[in-house]
Amino acid sequence: MAECGASGSGSSGDSLDKSITLPPDEIFRNLENAKRFAIDIGGSLTKLAYYSTVQHKVAKVRSFDHSDKDTEQDHEPPYEISVQEEVTARLHFVKFENTYIEACLDFIKDHLVNTETKVIQATGGGAYKFKDLIEEKLQLKVDKEDVMTCLIKGCNFVLKNIPQEAFVYQKGSNPEFRFQTHQPSVFPYLLVSVGSGVSIVKVETEDRFEWIGGSSIGGGTFWGLGALLTKTKSFDELLHLASRGQHANVDMLVQDIYGGAHQTLGLSGNLIASSFGKSATADTEFSKEDMAKSLLHMISNDIGQLACLYAKLHCLDRVYFGGFFIRGHPVTMRTITYSINFFSKGEVQALFLRHEGYLGAIGAFLKGAEQDNPNQYSWEENYAGSSGLMSSSPELCPTQRARSGTFDLLEMDRLERPLVNLPLLLDPSSYVPDTVDLTDDALARKYWLTCFEEALDGVVKRAVASQPGSVDAAERAEKFRQKYWDKLQTLRYQPFAYGTLTVRSLLDTREHCLNEFNFPDPYSKVKQKDNGVALKCFQRVIHSLDALGWEERQLALVKGLLAGNVFDWGAKAVSDVLESDPQFGFEEAKRKLQERPWLVDSYSNWLQRLKGPPHKCALIFADNSGVDVILGVFPFVRELLSRGTEVILACNSGPALNDVTYSESLIVAERIAAMDPVVRSALREERLLLTRTGSSSPCLDLSRLDKGLAVLVRERGADLVVIEGMGRAVHTNYHAALRCESLKLAVIKNSWLAERLGGRLFSVIFKYEVPAE
Amino acid sequence: MFFCSGWIAAEEATRAPALGAWLGRQRFLLRMGAGRLGAPMERHCGVAATSASSVREPTPGGPDGRRREPLRRRANSASASAVGASASAEGVRRDRPGSYSGATSASRQRVESLRKKRPLFPWFGLDIGGTLVKLVYFEPKDITAEEEEEEVESLKSIRKYLTSNVAYGSTGIRDVHLELKDLTLCGRKGNLHFIRFPTHDMPAFIQMGRDKNFSSLHTVFCATGGGAYKFEEDFLTIGDLQLCKLDELDCLIKGILYIDSVGFNGRSQCYYFENPADSEKCQKLPFDLRNPYPLLLVNIGSGVSILAVYSKDNYKRVTGTSLGGGTFFGLCCLLTGCTTFEEALEMASRGDSTKVDKLVRDIYGGDYERFGLPGWAVASSFGNMMSKEKREAVSKEDLARATLITITNNIGSIARMCALNEDVRSWVPQTSKEGSCQHLEFFANF
Repeated sequence: MAECGASGSGSSGDSLDKSITLPPDEIFRNLENAKRFAIDIGGSLTKLAYYSTVQHKVAKVRSFDHSDKDTEQDHEPPYEISVQEEVTARLHFVKFENTYIEACLDFIKDHLVNTETKVIQATGGGAYKFKDLIEEKLQLKVDKEDVMTCLIKGCNFVLKNIPQEAFVYQKGSNPEFRFQTHQPSVFPYLLVSVGSGVSIVKVETEDRFEWIGGSSIGGGTFWGLGALLTKTKSFDELLHLASRGQHANVDMLVQDIYGGAHQTLGLSGNLIASSFGKSATADTEFSKEDMAKSLLHMISNDIGQLACLYAKLHCLDRVYFGGFFIRGHPVTMRTITYSINFFSKGEVQALFLRHEGYLGAIGAFLKGAEQDNPNQYSWEENYAGSSGLMSSSPELCPTQRARSGTFDLLEMDRLERPLVNLPLLLDPSSYVPDTVDLTDDALARKYWLTCFEEALDGVVKRAVASQPGSVDAAERAEKFRQKYWDKLQTLRYQPFAYGTLTVRSLLDTREHCLNEFNFPDPYSKVKQKDNGVALKCFQRVIHSLDALGWEERQLALVKGLLAGNVFDWGAKAVSDVLESDPQFGFEEAKRKLQERPWLVDSYSNWLQRLKGPPHKCALIFADNSGVDVILGVFPFVRELLSRGTEVILACNSGPALNDVTYSESLIVAERIAAMDPVVRSALREERLLLTRTGSSSPCLDLSRLDKGLAVLVRERGADLVVIEGMGRAVHTNYHAALRCESLKLAVIKNSWLAERLGGRLFSVIFKYEVPAE
Repeated sequence: MFFCSGWIAAEEATRAPALGAWLGRQRFLLRMGAGRLGAPMERHCGVAATSASSVREPTPGGPDGRRREPLRRRANSASASAVGASASAEGVRRDRPGSYSGATSASRQRVESLRKKRPLFPWFGLDIGGTLVKLVYFEPKDITAEEEEEEVESLKSIRKYLTSNVAYGSTGIRDVHLELKDLTLCGRKGNLHFIRFPTHDMPAFIQMGRDKNFSSLHTVFCATGGGAYKFEEDFLTIGDLQLCKLDELDCLIKGILYIDSVGFNGRSQCYYFENPADSEKCQKLPFDLRNPYPLLLVNIGSGVSILAVYSKDNYKRVTGTSLGGGTFFGLCCLLTGCTTFEEALEMASRGDSTKVDKLVRDIYGGDYERFGLPGWAVASSFGNMMSKEKREAVSKEDLARATLITITNNIGSIARMCALNEDVRSWVPQTSKEGSCQHLEFFANF
């Protein structure tokens, strides 16, 4: 294996001895458990895929044995936490230049412990060329897979599993990348693959697709003809030339034919009448740049025109472009987009894919893994292990060039359960979870990136403290810091790297990075303690609530929900107070709350509604552990139950900050049931149901929820959705439209956000919405 | 079905706009009340040929690379490099058919004064394209002695000059083989001549008009093509000549429909290729255009315009492409150093494009069965040129040939898609996978 040496030293040749800029074990991770290899070898890039398992620590909570009732009160913590090893499935995809292929195969061979694997699925034009090398190095039989089938399988996979996969590219606008919302159905669509030639495929279902046309004028034409015209050898160089050229020096434009009259005739003078038309009529020398540009326009326009004609004929408006001609090159994305807009008069959108380069490898892998049926699972992009979309435009980001000699990674985690839409979404196809698009809003982006940078020290400290017995906790925490810091820096320059940048994606990325370094739940101890304290106060709170009159009680319940929500370790303003003043109590929190009228205040309507008939079933998304869920949410739940409303309480499947997890909620409910007959009977009679959201994020994406939750919602006929907390009700879902009544409540624990919304710190959002008839 | 016309498709067709320009003017006169012109043209003067072609599946590639077929080329095809006047810029859309714009009032007055008479000689039609100017000249052969006497000196000299030469200056050429003899137009018998010269010599042409004192003839110069606009000012200020500008697409269709009814000196102008993929059986057959609508008209000039024609005066421009004759010629100039269109074609006739293009079999070793693509289909035009060794191994002829095939295949693909989209479906003959070589034939057979 090549040593990790100075980068760039091998930039000259096609030799296979280039040094690799990353330690190989950080590229080909988890090889020891790897199985099911697939490889896609293109003209210049190799994409390797494998399936592996990741063993990592998870914090498990377990109720103490309550058979001995007397000892219960003596236990300080309400439950015990144990750290266990858990094995999860992960897909690894690595993209590198063909020149590294031998070195990479050597590395894989040396680290491949698992000998079960006998074959490797191979696709791409180079699969044939490297067949012998692969078979010799890896001792695996090469099984060739059809290129287009792989491409389409891969495309279906990313469109289904990566919410922000497809984007439109708008040069010059801000942001240049506009990501499409996750569509409930990805079919039908048109896939235009621009490799050496062009293939146009209509995809109707997972397994049904049809090659409907193609063109021989593609990337190979650009490269081949470009090489002849400009004596430039590499594709990237050609693109670079093209980006600096003036095509009007070579092309015959309408204005060249019509003179100035095009204006009076209503013609656009800048349209190309004849590509390379001027090179036929003049004896002048043409610059390489101008010819490359003219060629780029000629080919892009032609592809765009054909794609539009096919889209129109087959009545398709979603057209995805892929292939090495596109490969994230802003220059070609721009010209293709222009062409599509021009020829379709805006009716067809040119869509590009973030993981376009991986489609073949993903598809080949899926072909080989059919018996494992990977398509029955939901998968999730792991932000910690994925490089994200890099701009390959030299002028867009000069630092990018240094990356060309390195490796691009994509990792996808298998989720235990499939994810689906919340059935109560008004319009799933237009639902956007996030409230603020940070790619769009430069000021907000700057603020939040800085905010996350500043909070990083605290997170590191918390992570170390959560594992007092671990010898390498400090070291791992430091690695986490470095990783997340790097991600934040990447996002400053490439906010589009993982799709639309949002507060949610920043939070999720942090969770992924923490998991990466085996800090599965840094807040487990904090949550344990908070839950213990809050449980002790539960009965007192219930008594005082029960003493109130009906109308007073309703307000107190809502205030309790809000006050509980102040207990949020995720908010820096609060964690500062909590760190310095552990006695910061529930009452104190209530005092901090803004007085009515709140910043957003539809409480009166809610109260009015409560005077009416009870809801059939309420779906509540809980937020934090401790005071929030125990003293805020449960009394509210209890009141709904007393009214005759069934309640589905949905908590996160996995840990995120101090958010209450599903397993914690089970214990908490059990403990409360022991104290409270209303909750006890409701649990027993299944009028109170606890379920998991399917998420491990402090935010909430209603289009990716656990299937079990969706089933419950349908079965019980939920007609009220309560979303609590800044992450779930403000950063996300603030504008979410539902088909039933909804309550979105939160305390704004961030002064910048409060200011943006026109309020102060600890301003209250109480948003009660009734769908229009 | 669709027509291909223009300077790549079939050289005769390039005359259609120029002729149409003249005819368009006749129609105008008709509208103005020149009664006797209303009668159908007795002895039609035919000009433009149109190539009707069977269409084929647009394979990602093109012509059968295995059978490299020598291009049959007529000696006189040297005259082929005329530009179909239509500016085929993408998106150029015509809402109004033929319009007089600009300094029309003066010409209208003049036309008014001509009401009772047929237009004065000389009869010209001018199509000023992006690359070439096409000039149609009607030479009356039935001049009476009386007329001969009346004929002013300058008119006489124009007639003599145009009809007694085949080349004008260093770049003007009269395509003698296209000449239509002994036809009747507006009640006059005569021959129709076709002359072309490069658009960049337009200033010299205008200067000549000034030197020969054209303006004294009080003729109306009917002109179409983009250059009719571009050079209008020059005609007026330098030559003291007013152009009667006519819409080029209007002229194109008028010209094509007209000449179709006429035939080329007794032969049909519209033809198609049967068994185009089979060099043995391939033959050029006349196509019956008596009931042609709807039809797709593919006009290949510097660029390409595609029109859907529903009736004589109901048509729309569907689309166009910038990959046209100008692209073929332009790229050939850059790649081979050739200087004339004829030279480019000649080279193309001798080349082997399979050395330049990457075929399906180069990638898959044979047919790509998953999608039913034959191994000989072109997968990537110029795709082999990505490799340095292969770049060094090709000849200029190979490059010219590949350029030709790239452009023609692409036009075929787009035309076929337009035919489907515009629902001229019923006119698209059964598509055949192998039928890729007829496009080549357009080139090859003039």
